[in-house]
Amino acid sequence: MKPAFSIILFTTVAGAAQGLACVLAVASLAGFAPQQASSIAMMLWVATAMLLVSLVASFFHLGHPMRAWRAALMWRTSWMSREVIVLPAFIAITAGWAVAASLGVLDAGWAQLLPWAAIVGALLLWLCTGMIYACLRFVQEWAHPLTVINYVMLGLSSGLVTATALGALAGEAAFASHAGAGAIIITALAWFTRGLSLRRNARLKPKSTTQSATGIQAARMVQKSMGMTGGSFNTREFFHGASQRVYRNAKRIFLMLAFAVPLSILAVGCLTGAPAAGLLAFPLQLLGLVAERWFFFAQARHPQNIYYQMVS
Amino acid sequence: MSQAEVQETLAKQLALVIDLNVCVGCHACVTSCKEWNTSGAAGPLADLNAYDEQPTGTFFNRVQTFEADSFPNTQTIHFPKSCLHCEDPPCVPVCPTGASYKRKSDGIVLVDYDKCIGCKYCSWACPYGAREFDEERKVMTKCTLCVDRIYDESLAPHDRKPACVKACPTGARLFGDVKDPDSDVSKAIRERGGYQLMPEWETQPSNHYLPRKITTSACGSSQDEFRLGDFLRTKSVPSATAEEGTR
Repeated sequence: MKPAFSIILFTTVAGAAQGLACVLAVASLAGFAPQQASSIAMMLWVATAMLLVSLVASFFHLGHPMRAWRAALMWRTSWMSREVIVLPAFIAITAGWAVAASLGVLDAGWAQLLPWAAIVGALLLWLCTGMIYACLRFVQEWAHPLTVINYVMLGLSSGLVTATALGALAGEAAFASHAGAGAIIITALAWFTRGLSLRRNARLKPKSTTQSATGIQAARMVQKSMGMTGGSFNTREFFHGASQRVYRNAKRIFLMLAFAVPLSILAVGCLTGAPAAGLLAFPLQLLGLVAERWFFFAQARHPQNIYYQMVS
Repeated sequence: MSQAEVQETLAKQLALVIDLNVCVGCHACVTSCKEWNTSGAAGPLADLNAYDEQPTGTFFNRVQTFEADSFPNTQTIHFPKSCLHCEDPPCVPVCPTGASYKRKSDGIVLVDYDKCIGCKYCSWACPYGAREFDEERKVMTKCTLCVDRIYDESLAPHDRKPACVKACPTGARLFGDVKDPDSDVSKAIRERGGYQLMPEWETQPSNHYLPRKITTSACGSSQDEFRLGDFLRTKSVPSATAEEGTR
């Protein structure tokens, strides 16, 4: 599949914001939230801003952005429709929580519900985003629960790294060191679950063949012409178009930058008691996650490609 | 998966049946499809860089060419491909706006261009690559089975068929209701082993393909491997003396 930059930006930035909101929610419920209400407010506003950036990015994927409101209609059958409903709802929850933190009313009874709402909203959004890909049964690389699990794990990992960085910026040493320790554990787990999907994809055998696509059961079936010379939507949308070198390097880069590098930086920060390490890990991991999402698309082999192999 | 909605069987399902025995790969169906559908009320189909290096445009129908088996048994197969109007179309439930739909009255899978937001998700959900995004109109487009032709009462009854069917010089494309057991298409599927593409995904395509039958030579019973040398030895060659005499 062709990686669309709008979707890469949307899913990586929104994922980190969802993770950040989850970290703040769990920290609030577990009693190690940032000590200053202003720090909580700042982090929630950052999460809200990230979500708005991702919302804008998602519009760039549409041919007719002005009709986007229609996309909420088919929630009974379409995971994309469900995502279109959950995303603004989650933005509203995060922004509402940010307002409550800014006004200093987090101790009010109703405000106690906000962390729970944020956790539910973030999980639902990950489920919708992951299922958009996992429900396409013939894109075999995606059609597995690991797709959803990895959206959750990578989002939580980047959210924890973001929380560590923001905690260090706000001078919340205790919160930042808690978040840093969590980031190390979850990033290692995310490395493991993403590794599982890489291993699964490497062993996949495509169900569709040129024989099943044409119904001609010959031992040798070769396409000689795909019916046009200059390319079409089918040759652009479903092929990543990058060289094998770029493809291999994208995988190496994401394994390094999304997992190995931030883990090492955070471990050093944890051992030396310097959560400011998160400030270095955050931008590097974000780059790694962009590469990860690029690879996620590039690795998916769509069965329609069987019909588009040969220009003549 | 939530996509697997309760399927109701439609009483009528219009579809194409394509005879791979007689398709000669002339692309007449491709050009007539383009001509009809670019001239309709829905607006023209994109044609970008039509006379430049990378011409590209929207087509609802393509003819592809495959080579089967190895020499000397090689076969060249011309293979027309358009939307298969699946009975369980995976492209329809994923559409977030409802712009993609399957008509209950005749089973044609259509796109409401006024509701499409151009997210391209339906094209990801089609294993056949039947849908093409129109780069000028910014909406998803696909074969309509010439829905603006087949019911047009201002046309003579024998002309109420998709443009590709009318254009085919060899009659390789049959059109009709595959749910009517007495229709030409149902008979062809039944009697000539009509099959569906990529049955592994259980989309139940309505379009069927009629398999090629290898024609054996009526001239000789020998089915040995063809050798040019042996063949030439069977031919009478003008005698050397006669050849010399003409010089």
